[in-house]
Amino acid sequence: MRAASGKLDRRELVRALLADRGELLVVAGLGAPAWDITAVGDHPCNFPLWGGMGGAAMIGLGLALAQPARPVLVITGDGEMLMGVGSLASIAQQAPPNLAIVVQDNEHYGETGMQQTATAHGTDLVTMAEGAGIKATMRVTAPEQVPALVAATRAKAGPFFAVAKVDAANLPLVLPPREGAILQARMREALLGPAAHLA
Amino acid sequence: MDRQAMETAPDAAADWPDRIYALLKRHSIRQVALVPDAGHARLIRRCLADNDLRVVTLTTEEEGIALMQGAWLGGQRGVLLMQSSGVGNCINMLSLATIHRCPMPMIVTMRGDFGEFNPAQVPMGQATQTVLEAMGTLVHRADRAEDVEPTVEATLKLAFHTYRPAATLIGQRVLGAKTFGKD
Repeated sequence: MRAASGKLDRRELVRALLADRGELLVVAGLGAPAWDITAVGDHPCNFPLWGGMGGAAMIGLGLALAQPARPVLVITGDGEMLMGVGSLASIAQQAPPNLAIVVQDNEHYGETGMQQTATAHGTDLVTMAEGAGIKATMRVTAPEQVPALVAATRAKAGPFFAVAKVDAANLPLVLPPREGAILQARMREALLGPAAHLA
Repeated sequence: MDRQAMETAPDAAADWPDRIYALLKRHSIRQVALVPDAGHARLIRRCLADNDLRVVTLTTEEEGIALMQGAWLGGQRGVLLMQSSGVGNCINMLSLATIHRCPMPMIVTMRGDFGEFNPAQVPMGQATQTVLEAMGTLVHRADRAEDVEPTVEATLKLAFHTYRPAATLIGQRVLGAKTFGKD
């Protein structure tokens, strides 16, 4: 699961996070996290974002509050999480046990030319999450930690927040459907059945 | 004017906030996202007292747009309460409503409007309707207390029946202008 740099391979990490996914509902931040969850296998209960930068964690919160019996996993990047970092305080206040956020931290803006983010210069998102009031957190740098990470995202003992340091290489694009109405309707139908379209 | 009176506008006798609360219940709203505004104080108190409503206090208003997207994905209805200045924080996030065809009702209390005292409120207050409409939101104003209830109901119906962002702007003529004691 390590890339040549010694850091985690982001796509192999996502493969582990989504293996035997069961009831898992997944929101992916725009850019590489959306390509990663699609590369592992597109699914009606995946909601890959094409925009709305900074909103992934709050979409996860709304979904987790609406579906308290289902584990909700937000997979996003460090740039996207930094843009919406105040949402960690909003999430800590609500404290939904079924919400997990995993930041794939490559310390760069990967879609725009690999400019460095603040996490390349000492900003620690785990410390920020803890400061916001999220008690269950994890820093992941080694493959040996991944089974515990996967277990924490499914445990419904959250809110849970983790940063996984990943290799910065841009991997081949694997694009999800681009029609947002379909992405929304397919998850609603998976959760609510045909009644989803009559609401 | 004492501080309590300034910050709990509108007039305690006005019952339009209670009418909005009743509409939220009638239209099966379950998640109420908000950044507080004095004009919404009475409605917020009603929502907080209701265990069937999840009140989500936001760091910034755009979080509420994303929250409504997640709520709808999971089969619940949300609403966003905010002051007009907060509309400016929502601009890019409103693209979620358009690309997913997601219902997003917003109830906005105006500042920088009729009889404003604070110069800093005027630029965003005057741009509020333009900005919302530029992002595809259907906007209706209520400038008399008796118009608030039917206008908010129209906004809820437009949002949930036609799958789009919709907003009611409650004018400062209804709310009373905050005067910082300089009446």
